[in-house]
Amino acid sequence: MGDSSPPDAETALAGIDDANVRELRLETAELGTWDTSLLVFLVQAVKRARARSLPVHDDRLPDGVRRLLQLAFAVPPKEGSQRTHTRLPFFASVGTIALSVPKSIRSCLEFIGEVTLSTGRLLAGRADIRGRDVFGAMQECGVQALPIVALTSMLFGLILAFVGAVQLTQFGAQIYVAGLVGIGMLRVMGAIMVGVVMAGRMGASYAALIGTMQVNEEVDALSTFGLSPIDFLVLPRVLALTVMVPLLTLYADFMGVLGGFLVGVFMLGLHPLEYWNATIQMVPFKHVVIGLVYSTVFGMIIALSGCYQGMHCGRSAAAVGTATTAAVVNAIVGIIVATAIITIICNILNI
Amino acid sequence: MSTPSPSPCIEVSDLTIAYGSFVLMHDVAFTINRGDVFIIMGGSGCGKSTLLRVLMGLKSPAAGKVRYGDVDFWGGAEEQRQATMRRAGVLFQGGALWSSMTLAENVGLPLQQYTRLSPEEIREQASLKLALAGLAGFEEYYPSEISGGMRKRAGLARALALDPEILFLDEPSAGLDPVSARLLDDLILELRDTLDKTFVVVTHDLASLFAIGNNSVFLDAATRTMGARGNPTELLHNPDTNPTVLRFLTRGGSDEGKEGGV
Repeated sequence: MGDSSPPDAETALAGIDDANVRELRLETAELGTWDTSLLVFLVQAVKRARARSLPVHDDRLPDGVRRLLQLAFAVPPKEGSQRTHTRLPFFASVGTIALSVPKSIRSCLEFIGEVTLSTGRLLAGRADIRGRDVFGAMQECGVQALPIVALTSMLFGLILAFVGAVQLTQFGAQIYVAGLVGIGMLRVMGAIMVGVVMAGRMGASYAALIGTMQVNEEVDALSTFGLSPIDFLVLPRVLALTVMVPLLTLYADFMGVLGGFLVGVFMLGLHPLEYWNATIQMVPFKHVVIGLVYSTVFGMIIALSGCYQGMHCGRSAAAVGTATTAAVVNAIVGIIVATAIITIICNILNI
Repeated sequence: MSTPSPSPCIEVSDLTIAYGSFVLMHDVAFTINRGDVFIIMGGSGCGKSTLLRVLMGLKSPAAGKVRYGDVDFWGGAEEQRQATMRRAGVLFQGGALWSSMTLAENVGLPLQQYTRLSPEEIREQASLKLALAGLAGFEEYYPSEISGGMRKRAGLARALALDPEILFLDEPSAGLDPVSARLLDDLILELRDTLDKTFVVVTHDLASLFAIGNNSVFLDAATRTMGARGNPTELLHNPDTNPTVLRFLTRGGSDEGKEGGV
């Protein structure tokens, strides 16, 4: 390389493109330890020289470097294997996404249809379902969720009472806090609280569990034994949530009313019996029933959303993560949309 | 090695497999006879496992026929496919044991679904199948508690649960040390000879495929079709064999010789 310090890599590479250069000679002097960054430089240099069809002489490179360099060019890049990342124009990409919507709706409806058929098989007593799985799923989503449901719904009852009290105290109508909390919790909020908690707990868990089974080919293993994955994996979980979410909602209703009761008695200075009587008078039983309708629907939505994402999960760890997120988001969106629909129906029916 | 009067067990004709518009392989045809250890071989990414999924009823072919005896596998209804698959057992690449169940439950589940055996009889059966695979005493272990090689063996025990006529093995020796791989090969031959099973094995383990295979098909990733079919040892010694296949069978040796001593 001569006495002067060698040029930096950029300059040296650019020099190859000089029209006066007739050949590329590679040699090293005072080369100490080297690693693949030297190789990266050499490969770039050789590629540039080849692009101009210059002869390349590498016989004076150290033996190891030369062998690795040859190895780097040994297998020609496979034709057509290079991915070109073409960016679609804005409207084209919006269109592509829009066109994929009917497809995903269709696959979603197909899944619901399969679960319905599977439920039919269950009623006919022909489903590949094990009682143990159903009870296991019920225990997991029911008993083990009691503490968190208690905490959230009691606090929610408390909040509801606080917010209501601020307004109602101005009119000296503190006692109506009992009705506000009672109707609010029993009719809809108890179900929504349980729904959101269960979407986070079970929706995510089902998607991750079934998704991982998909990655490990466990779902395929079921199919090869002629066992229906829908019957075996999805049905027990849909059953469990459809039964347990309403039960949890009753529990949440009670906890919410208890939260309102605490505010009424300790902050607004109402007598415990007074609050209790007001609740019973102002809250007709139909609200409990309506709350149960909401929660049954929520239970199905959460289970279907979690299981759907799990069953349609890709075969990688990243896909399981995506499926889990999608399961929770879809379940919560589904709960809100279902709430709106049922509320409108109740309004029309005047109940 | 070959059975005196070969009777076809699986017949594949004009098979084309595609993902969407991407054709993975075309014009694949071969016959697997009863008692064969049939090898599906080829380089990485040539579609061996996908071909196996088609044979197992997990992926539908774009064109062509798969016949199990008299049954048109993909032409019929799903119920028929499920019934056919009940005659087959599958060992997946990673074992694919159901992770929430013990080994005994893994082996016992198919029995529980398809037989009228009592729970005790199912336990006995499961223990026997596990013992055949060299896992006596591991009944109460969960898949996560045992080694990869043991998971493969347990997968084989589960594949044997319903006493299938045909066993599909997806890369049985991948990830096993040479000794365990050899033991698994011996087990396959043993089962073939004693219980008269037919094996369809996806592998690119040369030592293993020469040791157990008596028939094979080679899938070529470059031409996207069959490179050769027949007994792997005969293919190795036949000078007319397609050069790509020879390169594969001799670990890339440019001229035939190293392995077979030709």
